[in-house]
Amino acid sequence: MSEKGVAQFWRKIKAIYTIQGDHCTTCDTYYFPPRVVCPKCRRKGQLEKYTFKGLGEIHTFAIVRQAPDTFKRQIPYIVAQVELDEGARLTAQIVNCDIEDVHIGMRVRSCFRRITQYGESGIIVYGYKFEPTMRVTGHE
Amino acid sequence: MVGIIGYGVYIPRYRIKTENIAAVWGEDGEKMAKALGVFEKSVPGPDEDVATIGVEAARNAVKRAQIDPTDIGAIYVGSESHPYAVKPTGTIVAEAIGCSPHMTCADFEFACKAGTAAIQACMGLVKSNMIEVGLAIGSDTAQGRPGDALEYSAAAGGVAILVGNKNVIATIEHTSSFTTDTPDFWRREGQAFPSHGARFTGEPAYFRHVGEGARALFKKTNTTVDDYDYFVFHSPNGKFPIAMGKQLGVPREKLEDSLVVRQIGNTYSGSAMMGLANVLDIADPGSKIFMVAYGSGAGSDSFAIRVEDEIVKRRGEVPTVQDYIERKTYVNYATYAKYRKKIKALV
Repeated sequence: MSEKGVAQFWRKIKAIYTIQGDHCTTCDTYYFPPRVVCPKCRRKGQLEKYTFKGLGEIHTFAIVRQAPDTFKRQIPYIVAQVELDEGARLTAQIVNCDIEDVHIGMRVRSCFRRITQYGESGIIVYGYKFEPTMRVTGHE
Repeated sequence: MVGIIGYGVYIPRYRIKTENIAAVWGEDGEKMAKALGVFEKSVPGPDEDVATIGVEAARNAVKRAQIDPTDIGAIYVGSESHPYAVKPTGTIVAEAIGCSPHMTCADFEFACKAGTAAIQACMGLVKSNMIEVGLAIGSDTAQGRPGDALEYSAAAGGVAILVGNKNVIATIEHTSSFTTDTPDFWRREGQAFPSHGARFTGEPAYFRHVGEGARALFKKTNTTVDDYDYFVFHSPNGKFPIAMGKQLGVPREKLEDSLVVRQIGNTYSGSAMMGLANVLDIADPGSKIFMVAYGSGAGSDSFAIRVEDEIVKRRGEVPTVQDYIERKTYVNYATYAKYRKKIKALV
């Protein structure tokens, strides 16, 4: 595949590899993905880069059984809205968890996974997914 | 003195039993598992590769060492299954652990010993004061041709070792290597699976290089088997390291803790380093470890390591090798074939 989309992905690398967003010091709100201005404070807002701790809980979820071709190997899989401990909410796949075990309120932590690839000869997109907290994630 | 200031491991969640693989190819599973000394092996998930495994191991290592990732001046990732033929895995790891951009980075390849070659390179840079801390990673999602003997052992996992000279948890007292051109195992450009010289992989390859490498380090350090508490040999299966131990006169109990290959298979570039990590998880301060990594092609890297008091303070926060070994979900051969892209119809 050609270079199409490479720049777009490259701009997001910091954000999606390490879950880096913003913190508005004026209203003490955390944002992900990164914002250009604080949507609440507008020009009074003061945004600082912030790397989230990567811990949170499942706000809601869905089980995907009909997937795009590039995700077919993973069916059935879980996609959830994760509310991070700092307050921001994001959508991500939940891995290392069987579909019968996932539940609202489940504690999760971010892990690093392959998201997709631009065909067999294109770039590989990496980023965050989430997994249940457990002994091997350094939590009990 | 230069040594290990932190280490971390990662083993994927999935396992397949030797008997499940054997059943597909008409072999006696129980006999096969016993003969190889491999009872089950780790299988990477469909979204895991050398980069993702390397990142998880590296994050564990940084957490254990309690360092600022920007102190890392070099990242070398050793693997024979890098996701890209051209584009360093280390760049992905560096960005994901937050130590880019002021550092040097390259990918290493030397079959199963690329990770220990990376440790030696980091030691050189630290000793010469070119960098403060170096990160050496051995990570693999090893390939085995369906039906081939290697399919029973080719596994996935990674180990990250931070090399530095402050707050050392295990001092690397000496290292030496033994390298020749011995074509026992190879993979040509563009080939999906490696080829090997079958029985040739034993005597002139593994046993000669590991044996000579070990004897050379004994000589260099003026030590004998009795001076060490633990021995770690590269483990392509559970049989070779035990046979090597017998040849060198190593008591079985000094080898036992390194034999993680039985439960997870051969993690290739992570193999000897995984055995070392399992020993570091339990060894008392003052213990001495003798490790020999082997890479086909062929060469061996030998290390004499002394465990320091500092190690005790660095335990508990970071998952151990045993934590990862115990976290497992079995898959059948069909699921394994799907995850490992042995089913080609899917993209």
